[in-house]
Amino acid sequence: MRLFGKYLLILFKSQMQYRTSFWLLTFGQFFIPFSVFAGLYMLFDRFGQIQGWEFFEVALVFGVIHMAFAVSECLARGFDMFSTLIVNGDFDRLLVRPRSTVLQVLGSKFEFTRFGRLLQSLIVLIWALSKVEADWTLMKGVTLLFMIASGVMIFTGIFIVIATMCFWTVQGLEIGNILTDGGREMAQYPLNIYHKWITRFFTYVIPFGCVNYLPLQYILGRTEGSGVPYMLAPLAGCLFIVPCLLLWNFGVRRYRSTGS
Amino acid sequence: MRACYSVFRLKLATGFQYRSAALAGIATQFFWGFIIIMVYQAFYSQPLADPPISLTQIVTYIWLQQAFLAFIALWFRDNELFQLITTGNIAYELCRPSGLYGLWYAKLLAQRLSSAVLRCFPILAVALLLPSPYRLTLPPDPATALLFLLVLILGLFILVAVSMLIYISTFITMSAAGSLLMFGVAGEFLAGMIVPVPLMPSWLQTIVYALPFRLAADFPFRVYSGHIPTDEALATIPIQLLWLAALVWIGRFAMGKALRRVVIQGG
Repeated sequence: MRLFGKYLLILFKSQMQYRTSFWLLTFGQFFIPFSVFAGLYMLFDRFGQIQGWEFFEVALVFGVIHMAFAVSECLARGFDMFSTLIVNGDFDRLLVRPRSTVLQVLGSKFEFTRFGRLLQSLIVLIWALSKVEADWTLMKGVTLLFMIASGVMIFTGIFIVIATMCFWTVQGLEIGNILTDGGREMAQYPLNIYHKWITRFFTYVIPFGCVNYLPLQYILGRTEGSGVPYMLAPLAGCLFIVPCLLLWNFGVRRYRSTGS
Repeated sequence: MRACYSVFRLKLATGFQYRSAALAGIATQFFWGFIIIMVYQAFYSQPLADPPISLTQIVTYIWLQQAFLAFIALWFRDNELFQLITTGNIAYELCRPSGLYGLWYAKLLAQRLSSAVLRCFPILAVALLLPSPYRLTLPPDPATALLFLLVLILGLFILVAVSMLIYISTFITMSAAGSLLMFGVAGEFLAGMIVPVPLMPSWLQTIVYALPFRLAADFPFRVYSGHIPTDEALATIPIQLLWLAALVWIGRFAMGKALRRVVIQGG
């Protein structure tokens, strides 16, 4: 953990060397999801609601998902850019060091400009929280934190899986964007507005449903009977990262260097 | 003119080299299209008083957006040109015996065309065969289809002229990322890429109609689905031409200015 802190410090210093570009990019990262959110607002302005969900309820989901995405994009950028490590043969160097490869890849890149995105989602989240109709209890607050943490785990897991594919394909796969960007785009609405098969796939295979739909019902007090399973759903979502890490370790063992 | 044409052919050939990238792009765009359509379906599933645009027209709008993404996305960029400016290799370009504006314009145009040609046919073909709520409907009559093609091409010319302005701004700022990002986000929103223009609030529509961005994306797509009737479309074509002339003129003027005091970077 201390090593990870050191990695972060070094990367932060190196990125601050290009100050103007850093601020411009942070600023831009703020505006990309902002325009999407503005679009969301306009649609609700026009239609009022989406299958029984009010604007602020959807905004809550939007905030949670985008925050989780921003955090994991910050964190797991090393995995996102992993194909360059493989192509250049730099991964060999990581293997000879006496630390876990996951930690080293995590520490190899950290995109501080994503804080712009984070800030935007934080604003949306706070706004939604102040307007949404729910009676807040401690348990609900905890559930909200679980949702964000679980979202981070899921996105990071996807990044890891896509990076693992590079062990076999060498080149990065653009198709992985379906799961990361597509997943984010999709999960910003409550999952039950989609078709059954989409909902199922994104609940049981990639557990976005555990992040947005199930705990949201608990927070809004729409559950019947005990709320505990709904509350614990995000934790189940966290488990998604376990098979991803196993797959990663399997891939590392299969790794053949491309040479230099 | 002949120089421009050969640059154009060269770029087209390079674009065709990256077929697998195009394939991955197509898959992503399909998924994207489906998700967006499902969201609109959910919005339209409630009783609505008088929607400004029907669901079928929205579906058409979205598929066309996905198919012609290369025609309408402002963030689509040529890093080569940026590097020319920031590394100082622009000096070589200036030695060439043809106008820089025309040459770059042809380059950018070719890039977008090759990418669009690769992507649009598979997407359109599949979208035309999909089951009912997702199907891309054909234009109401052949005349509309022809009109659509005409305004789409004109829109493409306008868009390339706009993106030329981004490249020219690099002469002054030296960092492409900032202006590209700002132009990209604002331009896309104003072109109706995030929310179709008819669904925007009326105050925003006034702004959108005053700017050229929608002429490249929103306008052709609505002509296709018949949301904009033929006579109105015909009346808009002169506006398109006017914008095109204005943008090219501004671009040439700005480029001339920038080139007169250009600093060759690096050594």
